Amino acid sequence: MIMLRAEGLGKTFTLHLQGGTSLPVLDGAAITLEAGKCVALTGPSGAGKSTLMRALYGSYRVDRGRILVRHAGAMLDLAAADPRTILAIRRDTLGYVSQFLRVVPRVPALAIVAEAARGRVDKAEQLLLRLNIPRRLHALPPATFSGGEQQRVNLARGFAGGHPILLLDEPTASLDAANRDVVIGMIREAKARGTALAGIFHDRAVRDAVADATVTIEPLQDAA
Amino acid sequence: MANPSFTPSTATPGLDPGVHGPASPALEGLDPRVKPGGDEKLLWAEGLHLRFGPITALDDVAAELWPGEVLAIVGESGSGKTTLLNVLSGKLPPDAGAVWYRDPVGDAHDVHAMPAPALRALHRSDWGFVQQNPRDSLRMRVTAGGNVGERLMAAGSRHYGTIRDTAMDWLRQVEIEPSRIDDMPTTFSGGMLQRLQIARTLVTHPRLVFMDEPTGGLDVSVQARLLDLIRTLVARLGIAVVLVTHDIAAARLLAGRMMVMQGGRVVESGLTDQVLDDPQHPYTQLLVSSVLTA
Amino acid sequence: MTGYNFAYLDEQTKRMIRRTLLKAVAIPGHQIPFGSREMPLPFGWGTGGIQVTASILGPDDVLKVIDQGADDTTNAVSIRRFFARTAGVRTTTRTAEATVIQTRHRTPETPLREGQILVYQVPQPEPLSRLEHRRAETRQMHALAEYGLMHVKLYEDITRFGHVATSYDFPVMVNGRYLMAPSPIPAFDNPKLDRNPALQLFGAGREKRIYAVPPYTEVRSLEFDDHPFQPRRAPGTCALCGSQASYLDEVVIDDQGGRMFVCSDTDYCAERVALREAAE
Repeated sequence: MIMLRAEGLGKTFTLHLQGGTSLPVLDGAAITLEAGKCVALTGPSGAGKSTLMRALYGSYRVDRGRILVRHAGAMLDLAAADPRTILAIRRDTLGYVSQFLRVVPRVPALAIVAEAARGRVDKAEQLLLRLNIPRRLHALPPATFSGGEQQRVNLARGFAGGHPILLLDEPTASLDAANRDVVIGMIREAKARGTALAGIFHDRAVRDAVADATVTIEPLQDAA
Repeated sequence: MANPSFTPSTATPGLDPGVHGPASPALEGLDPRVKPGGDEKLLWAEGLHLRFGPITALDDVAAELWPGEVLAIVGESGSGKTTLLNVLSGKLPPDAGAVWYRDPVGDAHDVHAMPAPALRALHRSDWGFVQQNPRDSLRMRVTAGGNVGERLMAAGSRHYGTIRDTAMDWLRQVEIEPSRIDDMPTTFSGGMLQRLQIARTLVTHPRLVFMDEPTGGLDVSVQARLLDLIRTLVARLGIAVVLVTHDIAAARLLAGRMMVMQGGRVVESGLTDQVLDDPQHPYTQLLVSSVLTA
Repeated sequence: MTGYNFAYLDEQTKRMIRRTLLKAVAIPGHQIPFGSREMPLPFGWGTGGIQVTASILGPDDVLKVIDQGADDTTNAVSIRRFFARTAGVRTTTRTAEATVIQTRHRTPETPLREGQILVYQVPQPEPLSRLEHRRAETRQMHALAEYGLMHVKLYEDITRFGHVATSYDFPVMVNGRYLMAPSPIPAFDNPKLDRNPALQLFGAGREKRIYAVPPYTEVRSLEFDDHPFQPRRAPGTCALCGSQASYLDEVVIDDQGGRMFVCSDTDYCAERVALREAAE
């Protein structure tokens, strides 16, 4: 079943502070996500993979194209939806694991993940432990964690929501081999549950282990 | 003649069931079978204009707010954001345009056409207003408990023990030691005063709270604590908030939607992370790029 | 007696004050402003009460004047004599005989009847004056029945002292609508205002306000459900008449600290003494 279909996406950044320079990044990008399958975005660094990911999540606006998302039984165009609709889609349907954990001051790691798990503290705890965050760190805010630990909290939060569509931006970038395998396992389980995934994996091995299809993003020529 | 009594969560006293406000415009690309939050707008305004002599404070400003959501109005000094807050909360009448509020029964009311008693009653019950300087809202020569209990007593609460218990519970919720219930606010720090103001405002479970720079003037570590407290309380109680701030990080933390104002106009509005991560308007880009990150 | 208008005031002034009284009676407990006149005694000595009395006296009235419950203090005597001269009305010290009673700082112990009028002398008509100095604000509060602030004051008293610390001029709610200052009578007297068969009028000359409580009107002292209003009196017995229910004054009788308690209401006390002597 198709969970997400994006087509004809175009995006150009206009940098007003740099004299109005135009920076085209996407032109005609397209991607389709099906339940139970994972699509890997590939392409050279800076080509626009992250931009596409964020556009799919609604963090970036697209100038043209559609992003159809299966939400509450209907296909909605996220690119044209109003902010409250996007928030509802993010709450119930579309999850996102970003590259960096945006640290909320003072909130303990367990609370961060539990909030995403809709209050299920037990589930949150399991996820953290599975990602090798020891119990003694659960009550601490992640501000003082290492980069790898922060990324694992991020992952726990992303997977805790149980969203039918999940976007992963460099999920294993700061992780060692053991934790990489944990993430691979979590992705496989998500697929088995019917989750549709898209991911940017810089690690070839991870990509080969989970991706069912690839979409290649080529960098655009700079506009004059 | 009986004293007009306060009945929360039912009809707001003194308001006539009035005209129903404008219907939500159809959304492009949206499947009509699915409703975005399902609820009706709580507060909405359009075509707001206001001049102070030669100065344009508000120029064709519109805004809308749904139950339970946080809307941030961001801008620098002179942007008109505080003026907008005062117009939305009924404190300052606009030269043109209207502000509508939907009460718990579902009737829409023109805020600036309401009789003064009704507006005051609204501010004491369904609405709250957190001032930038807590000393403007608190009674400095009344104990903390008296400050928190005042809205309860104004609403008709007449049991000393219950008022005191409720006040103590709220002090705990805003992380003030309950043992300080009998202390004067003059003995409190700036952060504690602001938290006391929040307790005093939320004690009657308002549906809509206006906040004017709630973290202004506080030390950075104190700000973080206060922002987290606001975030938790607002989410837990499902309060709708109009938050005026110049602190973009606070807006990102608390608000789902935001509006950027410059010179009395709304230059950009939308999803908070979209406006901050992918700003379109030159002023928004300037604002976002100017924020120092530690 | 010639050269004076009946009861001193000119007819226009009487008319103005009577109109004010009608308004006051129509809105129980609500303060009505009036054009307070210069009187032959300074402000603060009962000019408000005198103007009200002067406006309602008729030739057939019988006037009693008390000050702190007593008919024989200087002020009570002076005011009584003033009206005897300028109105020619009969005066009395006996509560039961009077049709108009002007009082400062007490209500009579003897229950009043329909047809009697009690005129209170009021220094400060605004019950919220100590909490909110701005008159514009207090006017709004009365108009909108926003009396939370007064309850905050009671709350603070209970927090600080364990009980409400106001012992006189204790604020009351009249007819369930207006907050009223009953004048500096002891809290002990407040219950007597409630559903009194007599008409109660309040005059504040310096502050230029008149208010009223019509007969049989509900007057409730402010209280919390779990801290109900408790009027206090000195625990003791009147040394003259033996009353254990009336409000007592403490009188120092020598310079060795000797003291005795006597009824503050002289007429009430005298009646009881007379009754006891008649029985013997």
